[in-house]
Amino acid sequence: MLIAAVVSLTLLGTVFGLLLGVAARYLKVEGNPLVAELEQLLPGSQCGQCGFPGCSGAAQALADGSASLALCPPGGRAVMQALANKLGIEADLSGVEDKGPMIAEIREEICIGCTRCFKVCPTDAIMGAAQQIHVVFREACTACGKCEAVCPTESVKLQPIPATLQSWYWNKPQAGEAA
Amino acid sequence: MKLFDLKGGVHPEGKKDLSAERHIRALPLPKKLYVPLQQHIGAPATPVVNVGDKVLKGQLIASAQGAVSSSIHAPTSGTIVALGDHVAPHPSGLPVPTITLESDGEDRWGMTKVVDDPLALAPEDIAAHVAAAGIVGLGGATFPSALKLNLSRGSGVQTLIMNGGECEPYLTCDDRIMRERAVEIVEGIRLIAHAVAAKEVLVGIEDNKPEAIAAMQEAAQGTAIKVVAMPSMYPMGSEKQIIQVLTGKEVPAGGRPADIGVLVHNVATAFAVQQAIRYGKPLISRIVTVSGGAILQPCNLEVLIGTPVQELIEFSGGYRQPAARLVLGGPMMGQQFTNTNVPVVKGTSGVLALMASEIGQAEASPCIRCSTCVRACPVGLLPLEMAAHIRTADLAGAAALGLKDCIACGSCSYVCPAHIPLVHFFNYAKGDLAAQERSKLKQEATKKLADARNERLARIERERAEAAAKRKAAREAKAAKEAAAKAAEEAA
Repeated sequence: MLIAAVVSLTLLGTVFGLLLGVAARYLKVEGNPLVAELEQLLPGSQCGQCGFPGCSGAAQALADGSASLALCPPGGRAVMQALANKLGIEADLSGVEDKGPMIAEIREEICIGCTRCFKVCPTDAIMGAAQQIHVVFREACTACGKCEAVCPTESVKLQPIPATLQSWYWNKPQAGEAA
Repeated sequence: MKLFDLKGGVHPEGKKDLSAERHIRALPLPKKLYVPLQQHIGAPATPVVNVGDKVLKGQLIASAQGAVSSSIHAPTSGTIVALGDHVAPHPSGLPVPTITLESDGEDRWGMTKVVDDPLALAPEDIAAHVAAAGIVGLGGATFPSALKLNLSRGSGVQTLIMNGGECEPYLTCDDRIMRERAVEIVEGIRLIAHAVAAKEVLVGIEDNKPEAIAAMQEAAQGTAIKVVAMPSMYPMGSEKQIIQVLTGKEVPAGGRPADIGVLVHNVATAFAVQQAIRYGKPLISRIVTVSGGAILQPCNLEVLIGTPVQELIEFSGGYRQPAARLVLGGPMMGQQFTNTNVPVVKGTSGVLALMASEIGQAEASPCIRCSTCVRACPVGLLPLEMAAHIRTADLAGAAALGLKDCIACGSCSYVCPAHIPLVHFFNYAKGDLAAQERSKLKQEATKKLADARNERLARIERERAEAAAKRKAAREAKAAKEAAAKAAEEAA
């Protein structure tokens, strides 16, 4: 009796599994191509700051129209503008950029060289080895914040990027606003 | 010579009489000099000296980095006392990496290479000398001159234009250098012309400088250099505008003068080139006009690069009355500053202390679309439309109207009856677009990094799995072998 049950269930499982496998191949639904295109525009660091599971999840939500254009903090205004262009929506950039561009910084005096941040960095922007002080490559850091979350000594912190002569520019004039 | 018309332009009050009759005087040697590493367009120079090093006048202290950069030399002899930040001659007032030099009072030159017959040098040698001397465009744009020579030699220059326009009000440093050092300038011009094999050489000088025109004409006698008097109008001394007036050709949007076979250099740059090649003296000083209604004795000074502006103001007798605004450069395109510790750099043509009556401080009122700015724009843009787009955060719209071709001359702001700070809008928009461009480039770069990392992780995972499979296979093979051996043993 027991054997009959085991055999029949195994058979059923195998048959349905095969059916599903065949169906997945022949009745495959093509994904929304827009999602792939949107994902291409996102940073690809899978940091999850948008609240979606990685950049593909965010792209899906953007394609559905259920997410705001300003969902990607590491991408900043450039990504927002690119997304707006792709989706054909007007992006209101004036309200964004409240935090300004950020960058991860390691306080060397309390870095214990645990390599946790080094392992999670999605863009390989952290250099380090066990028992060695870690450093951040400024050009590669997207300020995704993953390192900040895993640091056991709070040695990694996101800091605003200081303005330099190369990056500074005039603020928007307030004068003539009424015009 | 036939001159061509220039669209637009304005006629601000010249105010050049304040300092035009003042001979160039050398400023006494300052105690400390602050020499910024970034005094030119391009990458900052890298210091080649350390704190405590003794340097001689003219010695290289920071070398050019990368394709677009310029070397920096010790303005006097002394000791390097700091390598660090100092306030930049920039409206932001941000710090900039700076070499601080304490002078030993001896002002002793290091070795200089004297060339007896500079015109016998090969063109590329002239460019190399100019690069080694750290010469940049002294008209204000501070583009490395050697690079300009090399680019022009490659593309073939028909006309070399020497810019003696000096259209900015108040400034008289080019006027004075042409009056007092015309012979040297002419030799410098001939060197530049030789370096780029120019077929025609024109010196354009605004007709409000008759003495300079006469001096240059006299010095240019017997050479192929033609000195041309141009009508006085702002912005006649702008590169694209002077080309248009003298040749009738227009530099294409987004293009360079070399695209139409023209090369433009400032007359003061020609002087620096002559000094560098004939006497081996690098660019370590320049003529600066100190003027403005708030200055007691406006004058023209020969100043070492790195001298704090405060010393220039003190040497000019200090303030006649409190200055309402301090400006580096001319009043139309110059940069405001507040900290008088900022150093004079290669691009500093003037130090102005202006009274309240000399600056427009009227409140902006709404645009009435009178289009005065459109008539004033020397580039043929629509300032009012661009500003309207920028005000509503539509920077792309402003860019489509030609924002990138704006030369920020300030003519539109100057004539606007509603006092709308049009150029401020354009500077903001250009800066913001550039920031967006930079962040886009960074996005692309970091995306590549992220993809590379994902690929690498996947590869490592795959290799690990393969290695595990291999080990398992080896283990099984070994077990099978042992089993077979055991069976054989038993059977035996």
